[in-house]
Amino acid sequence: MAANKTYWKNAEQLKENSPMVDQLEQKEFADYVPVNEFLEDKEALEDSSTSRRDFLKYVGFSTAAASLAACEGPVIKSVPYVVQPEQIRPGVANYYATAIADGFDFGSILIKTREGRPIKVENNPDAPVLGGANARVHASVLSMYDTQRLQGPKGNGADISWEDLHLQVGAKLNALAATNKEVILLTQTFASPTTTKLIADFTAKYPNVKHVAFDTVAYADAVDAFEEAYGVRALADYDFSKAGAIVSVGADFLGDWQGGGFDSGYSKTRVPSKDHGKATMSKHFQFEANMTLSGAAADHRVPATPSAQKNILAHLYGAITGTTVSGSLSQAHQEKVDAAVAALKAAGEKAVVVSGIQDKGAQALVLAINNALGSVVMDANSPRLTRQENGGEVKPVIDAVIAGTLGGLITVGINPAYSLPEGEAFAEGIKKLDLSVAFSMKEDETAAAAQYIAATPHYLESWGDYEFKAGHYALAQPTIRPLFDTLQFQDALLKWTGSEATYYETIKANWAENILGESSWNTVLHDGFFSVANATQNEYNATDLSAAVASLASAQTEGLELVLYTKTGMGDGQQANNPWLQEFPDPITRVTWDNYLTVAASDAAALGLKNVNVANGALNGSYAKVTVGEKTLTLPVVIQPGQAKGSVGLALGYGERKGLQDEMNVGVNAFAFYNNANTVQAATVSLANGFHEFACTQLHNTLMGRGDIVKETTLEVFNTKDKSYWNAIPLVSKNHMEQEVTSPEVDMWQAFDRSIGHHFNLSIDLNACTGCGACVIACHAENNVPVVGKEEVRKSRDMHWLRIDRYYSSDETFEGDLETKENIAGLGDSLTTFGRMEQASENPQVTFQPVMCQHCNHAPCETVCPVAASSHGRQGQNHMAYNRCVGTRYCANNCPYKVRRFNWFLYNKNDEFDYHMNNDLGRMVLNPDVVVRSRGVMEKCSMCIQKTQKTILDAKLDGREIKDGEFQTACSAACSNGAMTFGDINDKESKVSELKENERMYHLLEHVGTKPNVMYQTKVRNV
Amino acid sequence: MASHYEAPIRKPLVTGDKSYHDVTIDVAAPVEGVANRQWWIVFGIALTAFLWGVGCIIYTISTGIGTWGLNKTVGWAWDITNFVWWVGIGHAGTLISAVLLLFRQKWRMAINRSAEAMTIFSVIQAGLFPIIHMGRPWLAYWVLPIPNSFGSLWVNFNSPLLWDVFAISTYLSVSLVFWWTGLLPDFAMLRDRAVRPFQKKIYALLSFGWSGRAKDWQRFEEVSLVLAGLATPLVLSVHTIVSFDFATSVIPGWHTTIFPPYFVAGAIFSGFAMVNTLLIIMRKVSHLEDYITVQHIELMNIVIMITGSIVGVAYITELFIAWYSGVEYEQYAFLNRATGPYWWAYWAMMSCNVFSPQFMWFKKLRTSIMFSFIISIVVNIGMWFERFVIIVTSLHRDYLPSSWTMFSPTFVDIGIFIGTIGFFFVLFLLYARTFPVIAQAEVKTILKSSGEKYKKLRDGNE
Repeated sequence: MAANKTYWKNAEQLKENSPMVDQLEQKEFADYVPVNEFLEDKEALEDSSTSRRDFLKYVGFSTAAASLAACEGPVIKSVPYVVQPEQIRPGVANYYATAIADGFDFGSILIKTREGRPIKVENNPDAPVLGGANARVHASVLSMYDTQRLQGPKGNGADISWEDLHLQVGAKLNALAATNKEVILLTQTFASPTTTKLIADFTAKYPNVKHVAFDTVAYADAVDAFEEAYGVRALADYDFSKAGAIVSVGADFLGDWQGGGFDSGYSKTRVPSKDHGKATMSKHFQFEANMTLSGAAADHRVPATPSAQKNILAHLYGAITGTTVSGSLSQAHQEKVDAAVAALKAAGEKAVVVSGIQDKGAQALVLAINNALGSVVMDANSPRLTRQENGGEVKPVIDAVIAGTLGGLITVGINPAYSLPEGEAFAEGIKKLDLSVAFSMKEDETAAAAQYIAATPHYLESWGDYEFKAGHYALAQPTIRPLFDTLQFQDALLKWTGSEATYYETIKANWAENILGESSWNTVLHDGFFSVANATQNEYNATDLSAAVASLASAQTEGLELVLYTKTGMGDGQQANNPWLQEFPDPITRVTWDNYLTVAASDAAALGLKNVNVANGALNGSYAKVTVGEKTLTLPVVIQPGQAKGSVGLALGYGERKGLQDEMNVGVNAFAFYNNANTVQAATVSLANGFHEFACTQLHNTLMGRGDIVKETTLEVFNTKDKSYWNAIPLVSKNHMEQEVTSPEVDMWQAFDRSIGHHFNLSIDLNACTGCGACVIACHAENNVPVVGKEEVRKSRDMHWLRIDRYYSSDETFEGDLETKENIAGLGDSLTTFGRMEQASENPQVTFQPVMCQHCNHAPCETVCPVAASSHGRQGQNHMAYNRCVGTRYCANNCPYKVRRFNWFLYNKNDEFDYHMNNDLGRMVLNPDVVVRSRGVMEKCSMCIQKTQKTILDAKLDGREIKDGEFQTACSAACSNGAMTFGDINDKESKVSELKENERMYHLLEHVGTKPNVMYQTKVRNV
Repeated sequence: MASHYEAPIRKPLVTGDKSYHDVTIDVAAPVEGVANRQWWIVFGIALTAFLWGVGCIIYTISTGIGTWGLNKTVGWAWDITNFVWWVGIGHAGTLISAVLLLFRQKWRMAINRSAEAMTIFSVIQAGLFPIIHMGRPWLAYWVLPIPNSFGSLWVNFNSPLLWDVFAISTYLSVSLVFWWTGLLPDFAMLRDRAVRPFQKKIYALLSFGWSGRAKDWQRFEEVSLVLAGLATPLVLSVHTIVSFDFATSVIPGWHTTIFPPYFVAGAIFSGFAMVNTLLIIMRKVSHLEDYITVQHIELMNIVIMITGSIVGVAYITELFIAWYSGVEYEQYAFLNRATGPYWWAYWAMMSCNVFSPQFMWFKKLRTSIMFSFIISIVVNIGMWFERFVIIVTSLHRDYLPSSWTMFSPTFVDIGIFIGTIGFFFVLFLLYARTFPVIAQAEVKTILKSSGEKYKKLRDGNE
């Protein structure tokens, strides 16, 4: 049948006997093809220029071409979306509000994602509490792309499926419930209302399960004291933005004390502004043993050992409440306590006392003092819920695990086998239990000892809800689909209690029922936070504190006191595999890739401990044997100016352990000394053999009396004297006439016309900067700054585009340094005096100065580049054209600020530098807007030109003018302390224009005549 | 012949009763003879050093500048120290052949050929460093102002590094032409004496068909004079421009107006020292004591003494100006130079460059060949330290104390430096065996006036 079908070819077929139809049916080609003539005409063929040779050439060429074309080109795997998600557009970043709550750091943040990849953490400036991310939180995005993460659940050392894990764990749980053997659910502090509910459901189903909160670094005493005084297990919150006088006794509240996050409020009171003719700022006294960020920022820093701090707190209490306190303080301490009391009394309700002494009595005293002062800074009605460990509950659990008397142990988000001093015994104990499950991102010590490892997702892949402080909630949402076969603890809990719901559904239901009220879930999810008016008033119950006062007043210790602390970069150590944090210089010591024993200079001299600089300048430190109780560790020593004599410091969170890449196994695990979860321990220290090689980014610690680098003055001078006295512009002589260096008269260059378009300036307020380093990590993340490793940092080849210089005074004060320098008489004196000024004072003043490319309008780097790779932009930036750079390094040599960084090696896709840029997973964090530099080129701060250009283009698309505050650099956006203000000075209304006219404004090394676009605000001390 | 008259009080420049033919024989001897054992040993050592240097350069280029000891604060160290050192050494050749020609100093004729050879060989060493010190040396041609397809990209004429490119390449090409012009009659002499056809062919090529006609000689004289006139400003310009690398910067210790004359004096100082080093050996090995006499060495020693003293005055002026300026950064830079962590380099420089040449005030010492040889080496050690002091001690502690650090060389830094010394000696040793090492045609022109034999004849005091 099919053969009989006639197909239409054209309209001609309609005509009968059409010659064309005939012709087409007979012949294949309509026209005559002269095949025979062509082939038979031998003569013509022979005359043709295509010879046999030519033919072979053609064949050869086509074969070669065909085989070349067949060669495999580079295959770039990219999987297109089958269905393009509505909101993901290539090249356009999406931001999601979420929250971090890893048990140590808590906060509301924004996540920048590109093409579905989270690449950067940003502050959530709208969040009322904990909206400013610290350095660790900024770096946490890289911890998601960690090759050491668990890629799926494990049972008894082998990979298993989640179904099997649920079945097996469920069976064991039922068996244990049947025999009523106790199972402990040992978790981090979640501060999560829904998780609390889920745990309650779980313990209801399995009555033999008990939930115990465990904080790696605990504040159990402060929580206990608060509970006794107010009846709530929480930590008092402090709003330092209301403070007029602050006295801290051993509390590094600008660091990680009680969860941190107090610095943005603090900085607000530290910027003097002349509103009513006379400027005011808060006054800050710090009594402490280790040199901390808070001590560095303080107006009066008094070194005091932990036991002396106890005496000081008792006397402070005595002076404020009018109680008599037995014992007496040293004269130096008494003077400062008197001054502190006077300042507190003068400040009235704006006064506040905080303390880091780990003693319930001391913490009760602090609450009593603040109540006596009527402090508005302390907030007891809405306390912090981010530390919930109860020392009394944890201790028996540890003992039971070690003794093997427990039925089972489920750990979540913690690694007690690492972070307990009896960690090894604890790990052995776990192995003996009937059931052990570890919810963990890594196969760490605890997980390795457990029967089952439940691989958990990173917080950026998870749902969550939090109540950071009473009445203030936050929501966390996943910003990427889980990279691996992981399951949140809460989802597992739901499975184990027999619920079909997911954690997301549970949160949503719980919020709708208990939290949201009239508010919209979507709005809260969009904003990331939610606050309810807190009506509860926590009443203060005064108790008899005389016993506590007596015990504090009489506290004394023989020998050295060891003060354990957490580093700004490392915290409790859970992100130890994060190369950004390892290479992050400690704000105080500026040492990277290490922890170490900090020792006072006089103690070091007595013990024979030394710090020396070797031929290439790098720092070496003696080893010391430190014994606490039965345990001895050998630790490298850093001689720390400001360390209280009689005390030594040591950071937690380091040391060799499981789940870390070899490169990150640095330092020593100080948790071995963390007995009874107390950061103060009696220790003996002695000299050990050998020297440790440090990787320190700043090898010279003092300012050498160079007062024009970090300008500073006192509040009194600031209020009474003219600007020319305390912030004079340097003069230069032209034709024997003194002129200001900023005057066009003394300028040999023709200036660009700057009036058109934008002109970017960055202002850095030295009063507001606490040195926290969030900007350093933000810059790292935004600009794909490579990590170079310990060996290279030791060779002074760190790549940080933005560094925070830290200077100590050689005298008691920086003012004293200036005087010393002024009083040098003659050559001999200058030799000895400058030599002496290289050494920091035993209790120096400290100052931080963030330095990045100053974007000079008259840039020394630009004139010297032979290929013009460094050239000036229309908007004030000093550009660096990586592709044009041939790498002469002349620009770096000629840079007075030494901010240029050279790619000494290839830092990406190079096994010698096996950090995140050497694996596909780690490279996912790279910012696609910023090129990854190759070997042999110079790089430096670009003033985040990719961000400013984006802002300009967005405004152009919208057809609107750019509002002040829209322009941001990574560092200015990361600074929650208001120390960095970025903007357009051609916009005369902008904040940065205002700051440019500020009396405190100066440019770094103004006398060189570089005319930078970065400015600093003179530091004012309230002494 | 009046023009042949020279006062009897002047010592003959060519000693040992040399006739014209003797000169020819003596100059051709090393070329026509066979290399002895010592030559092979020295050549072997030089070649090994050279190959070691090549290895280090390959390692640097393939791995990165990180193989050197540099860091974020000290971006130049041995690389540019070596560069300036070699350029400085290269200075004496042109000074001897051009400036002394214009001043009609006949004694230059015995040494100008080798001095110029030394110049060219050391400028080759110098030229290596600006290229290999780049992070991406394969793009070194970007520093040349050549039309390109990169858009409107052009070199930066403000950059002293670019001026260096022009200065060094001009200097190298003019020196080469000048040197070769002088070589033409001497190559022709070798060609005419050659017996083996291969040699004859080579020297025929090298001598550009020199025929010895009067016209050849006339043109030869004219070209020599013109080139001498062209080369004389180069003597001053090259090191002036090299000094601009530092003088135009803003770094205390670099930013100094005294640098141009100070660098030129230093360059002549080190160049003469190197000429002394080389010729004291060569006159012995190639039996040229009658041409390169003690008088020649003495004259060069006097130049070394004078330029060494100029350099010393410059050092002291720098210190004075630093104090007088009242700028604390300048003051500290120089204080740190003399007494800081690199004090030893400063005092090595001071003692080698300022103190040691003062011995030349004593005739006995400046006519002692052994002593001259030792001092010539000491001077070049000192001049190396001078550049190291200027570059490293200025950079390692500049404005912001937070960035202060130190520099320490790696085996690659050292290897490349030794490699260039090896390369230099490889070239010079090959030259000594294949080139007429004395400008015999020129020496012959003064034989009648300054040759011992003719002087004796003329003065009649046999």
